[in-house]
Amino acid sequence: MRPFDEMLETDGTVRMAYAQFGEWLEGASKEFLTRKNDEADMMFRRLGITFTVYGDAAQTERMIPFDIIPRILDPQEWDYLARGTIQRVDALNAFLDDVYHDQAILKAGRIPPELVLNNDAFRPEMLDMDLPRRIYAHIAGVDVVRTGPRDFFVLEDNVRTPSGVSYMLENRQTMMRLFPELFATNHVAPVERYPSELRANLRSVAPIGVDDPTVVLLTPGQHNSAFFEHAFLATEMGIELVEGQDLFVDDGLVFMRTTEGPKRVDVIYRRVDDDYIDPLAFRSDSMLGVPGLLSVIRRGRVTLTNAIGTGVADDKAMYVYVPEMIRFYLGEEPILQNVPTYSLRNKDDYKYVLENLESLVVKEVHGSGGYGMLVGPKSTKKEREEYTKRLKADPDAFIAQPTLALSTCPTYVDEGVAPRHVDLRPFVLSGQRTTVVPGGLTRVALKEGSLVVNSSQGGGTKDTWVLER
Amino acid sequence: MLSRTADNLYWLGRYVERAENTARLLAGTQRLSLMPIPTDEAGNLWRNLFQSEFEENAFLAKHSEFSETPVMEYMALDPENPSSIYSCVHGARENVRAARHVLTTEISQCINETWMEVKKCRPQDVIDRGTQNYLDSIKERAHLFRGVVHGTMRRGEPFMFWELGAALERAENTSRLMLARSAAFHRAAKRDDGFDFYRWGTFLRTANAYSAYRQLYRDIDPVSVADLLILNTQIPRSLLSCIEDSAEVLRNLKREAQCAAMAERLASELRTMRLDTILRSGLEGFLHDFRKQVHVLSDQIRVDFIMVR
Repeated sequence: MRPFDEMLETDGTVRMAYAQFGEWLEGASKEFLTRKNDEADMMFRRLGITFTVYGDAAQTERMIPFDIIPRILDPQEWDYLARGTIQRVDALNAFLDDVYHDQAILKAGRIPPELVLNNDAFRPEMLDMDLPRRIYAHIAGVDVVRTGPRDFFVLEDNVRTPSGVSYMLENRQTMMRLFPELFATNHVAPVERYPSELRANLRSVAPIGVDDPTVVLLTPGQHNSAFFEHAFLATEMGIELVEGQDLFVDDGLVFMRTTEGPKRVDVIYRRVDDDYIDPLAFRSDSMLGVPGLLSVIRRGRVTLTNAIGTGVADDKAMYVYVPEMIRFYLGEEPILQNVPTYSLRNKDDYKYVLENLESLVVKEVHGSGGYGMLVGPKSTKKEREEYTKRLKADPDAFIAQPTLALSTCPTYVDEGVAPRHVDLRPFVLSGQRTTVVPGGLTRVALKEGSLVVNSSQGGGTKDTWVLER
Repeated sequence: MLSRTADNLYWLGRYVERAENTARLLAGTQRLSLMPIPTDEAGNLWRNLFQSEFEENAFLAKHSEFSETPVMEYMALDPENPSSIYSCVHGARENVRAARHVLTTEISQCINETWMEVKKCRPQDVIDRGTQNYLDSIKERAHLFRGVVHGTMRRGEPFMFWELGAALERAENTSRLMLARSAAFHRAAKRDDGFDFYRWGTFLRTANAYSAYRQLYRDIDPVSVADLLILNTQIPRSLLSCIEDSAEVLRNLKREAQCAAMAERLASELRTMRLDTILRSGLEGFLHDFRKQVHVLSDQIRVDFIMVR
């Protein structure tokens, strides 16, 4: 069966959201699209929007391919997605506050305690700390896939240091420059306010007693794959972009080294992982963090966003319990569905997965970026045999899900315009309120038939339009 | 402003100046090589571009003789030579990336485009395009870059650190350039007119001061050339101009900083000097001393602004 297509009904008629765009696309010649595609390519190169590919000996800088055909959502679809993702992030924040305090959900027997307490991402250092506004995941990127008109599934909740929002913003800029005529006829909800919303949110979680907080963005440095995004967001928010070496702890406070001497820092939007954030508390070989930072956080004299220890909520093993969290903390039914998930720690599931590898997607519990996963239907017999060895060696480290027929979206490729599989990552901000900017990052698997949208695995991005009523 | 960012801006200023300077130096040397000159001098023409034995040895590790093609390749295109045009543009681009959040999009674009051009350039491309055309394009990119910075950037601390790096690099470049020819100036002091019009003209072009010279002085004589390049404040690359520019930036950045006082002192010393005294006591000694003072000043700037705590 053909997968759901974002633009076309099964009979070939154009869906509502694409009505205007479809007409325009029909009138666009292959030459015109090719020229626009080249122009877009040149614009990204000139801006220097690149990312670093890990595991490549040369650490080459590459560009994430940008596709000139937008992914369009109608107002109803977006409303549903917005409510669903906000609900999820609210529940995840409540869960984090709970597991680092009373652990009511564990006491109530709704989640096996060992799954939380023995989890590598669970940080005992965070126990009994009261965070401003009780928020842990200030920035979340919820990955959503679609299989039908009203069938949206959450694939994963990214509440550590989710990236990609700069592409949401730059892709829009690029589209507005390439196709101004499209924005005149389509009423596309603006995404440009994201940086100022983020800035307001970061300021709203400053330590108590700080009226005019100094906010900084902490980056691992310019060789990190997402450095462009870090610099971009710092510019857009008008805050300093710091590295670990620029910060130091003195007298129970965090300071940055400036040309006018040490300056106190109140909120750190960090894009450095937990393990590397403080060599005195976590990995001692880390050069990216700030020695003594944890002690200042624990005294509530600096706020780290996202908080340390959020990883226990977006773990692939914990994912199964998010609907339960929504019921437990919010007393609501989940708006967005989970993908059915088999945990290999469970005996029945284990047996089922080994027998049905060919139809499943298997992922590492702690993996990310599309590395180390097995896409059953696309795998060779040899790959499955290799993978089985790994599963048998450490079943707890894996989960499996049915291979979803991800929706497709028309995409510019060498042969013309053809359907390619897509997902969507809206960005949810928590501070004074929980909000989500209308849009997000649409990732597209550019290879025909491929279901892997990660940029590290040959995926591209598209501008995401939410039409206004 | 973050000390590390200040450092990035300072080096951005230095690298772009250095790339342009190397381009002018290579262009001038090539022009000189077209003239009939005594063979002993001709043999040293390309070698004179190297300032120390250390630099010469690094070159000789890869090439066998100091002639146009290998020197040009080494100084323009070699990624392993830390002061080649290639390396300077790469350094400038790395600093733009690191300090991107205080720069404008136009600045990033300008340096990215320059880098894309420089990166793909192979020795054969330079030969095909014509060496002078290639070097002209580097100079033009440097002019464009300065224009973009001046035209788009806020006049705040980041801008001032960029100006500072550029001014100090110019001071070093001009003094280096004169040092390489200091013997010729001395011959001139003894009224030994070994250098002809063409060669001093080329020299002035290398210092970007040819047309200024023609407007300010009449005939080309080495004493006036030295006067222009050391003491005249109407051209942006004279030693005094560079030091006055640096002193002004430092005064605006932090009047009470030690380095500001140091730059002020250096400028007022230079201002009261007369060229005949400099020549009498020895140009080479003067230039060496000047370079030493610029280094001490750069170190003090680091202490005052960059190495906080």
